Amino acid sequence: MKRETHSIRTNAQEDLEREVIIDIRDLYKSFGKVHVLKGFNMKLYKGENLVVMGKSGSGKSVMIKCLIGLIKPDSGYISVMNNEIKTLNRETLDTLRSDIGFLFQGSALYDSMTVRENLEFPMRRHKKKLGPLTDTTPLVLEALESVGLADAIDLMPAELSGGMKRRVALARTLILQPKIILYDEPTSGLDPITSKEIIELMLRIQAKYGTSSLIITHDVDCARVISDRMILLVDGINYAEGTYEDLITSADPKVEAFFKK
Amino acid sequence: MTLEFTKNIRQFFIEIGELSYFAGRFFREAVKPPFEFKELLRQCYQMGNRSLVLVLVTSFIIGLVLDLQSRPTMEQFGAVSMMPNMVGISIVRELGPVITALVCAGRIASGIGAELGSMRVTEQIDAMEVSGTNPFKYLVVTRVMATTLMLPLLVILGDGLALYGSALVEYFKGAVSFQLYFTTVFDALSYGDLIPATAKSFFFGFAIGLVGCYKGYYCKKGTAGVGVAANTAVVFTSMVLFVIDFVAVFISDIFYDL
Repeated sequence: MKRETHSIRTNAQEDLEREVIIDIRDLYKSFGKVHVLKGFNMKLYKGENLVVMGKSGSGKSVMIKCLIGLIKPDSGYISVMNNEIKTLNRETLDTLRSDIGFLFQGSALYDSMTVRENLEFPMRRHKKKLGPLTDTTPLVLEALESVGLADAIDLMPAELSGGMKRRVALARTLILQPKIILYDEPTSGLDPITSKEIIELMLRIQAKYGTSSLIITHDVDCARVISDRMILLVDGINYAEGTYEDLITSADPKVEAFFKK
Repeated sequence: MTLEFTKNIRQFFIEIGELSYFAGRFFREAVKPPFEFKELLRQCYQMGNRSLVLVLVTSFIIGLVLDLQSRPTMEQFGAVSMMPNMVGISIVRELGPVITALVCAGRIASGIGAELGSMRVTEQIDAMEVSGTNPFKYLVVTRVMATTLMLPLLVILGDGLALYGSALVEYFKGAVSFQLYFTTVFDALSYGDLIPATAKSFFFGFAIGLVGCYKGYYCKKGTAGVGVAANTAVVFTSMVLFVIDFVAVFISDIFYDL
């Protein structure tokens, strides 16, 4: 069956001009009889903030987990910095993952470890990348200072508020100095003020470290502020693409319905 | 009714198959570097420390109760002098390992099930994977090895306290000195009692860690899933422990001709 993708703005020209960091083509993933992704396509360019939006259960998180190798897709091509994910062995995948930061939806801080230990944990397997380290404290402090939480270094996750947890999780993604950061619902479960602070933080981090970002969200305000480009994921495909203005002014009924909900 | 029964039986065998696969993965991962020695030591301390008081108290009471309950019957047969032999053999061969394992199943297996289950639903296991650490090796291998190594030690300590409990009853009720009591117990015990009991303790420890980890690692999403993981870890471990016990007794019966 032939599908139609409602591409509002073509990015073919951009392919030639800008470096493609993430390339996803014809991604399919099903769970039993539930077909979540049905030929999803996406490109993330260097230094770009790309937002993927969609309703809950539309497959956004599944897509991002396929991208990082946490879920095996049924078929399709996924390349991150010219490395095809499915051809990588565990060691190469781990090395590649050190260039990718992942902010989980619920922060995913390790409950049994302090903030310091949470930040030190990713360094255990990537000593080569970080070089000879006798003391990890300066790196940990630098990452925590980037998110404004240097004082929380010896606290346990249970002692932190939701917003603080999200900031610490962000600091943990920064500890290995990644080139790409994947955000899975970065503002979900946060109040509007804290959400705004997190969005500002994301923008500051991108400006400071020059990272490329892929942001999965259904928060329209977050998408409006942070996105350079957006993709609307509907029925398992990239249904519409363009800037926030392109999508918000689209006459397509499905796109309209999403933004007017 | 019949359909549901068939479904449950089928599910049971599926579970056994998945647990066997999980065990196979444990053996594959356990021999591959890098080894998580620091985490293993931490887990050994946690597992031992978490259950020590409970095991000691339970064992002590079992020793007391066993002696108090058996004494009148032994007196009827005029065999009260055989009390240390009877209690000693019962505790070392069977009661010590089984009761310690059941106590640990309740304490450790449910704890591991809940801990890993909660890590699964809050995506901490995924975060570990993304950060380049093999979560199976870090979480499962270390915990299973820790329970396997720690349970025999807990059994030995538990046996000691149970015998002490029994000796206390004999001291007050039968005026048997501690020295005489323990000398009689050790005279009555042979390698055929000690070796199978210690060997099966290792298997009990392995089963407790493995089932707890299996239930937690593959926990279904949601907080309800964590509760189910903790609960089924205890139930399933207890069942597995009795099966292992039966097999162990059967094999030792062949080797030592009990």
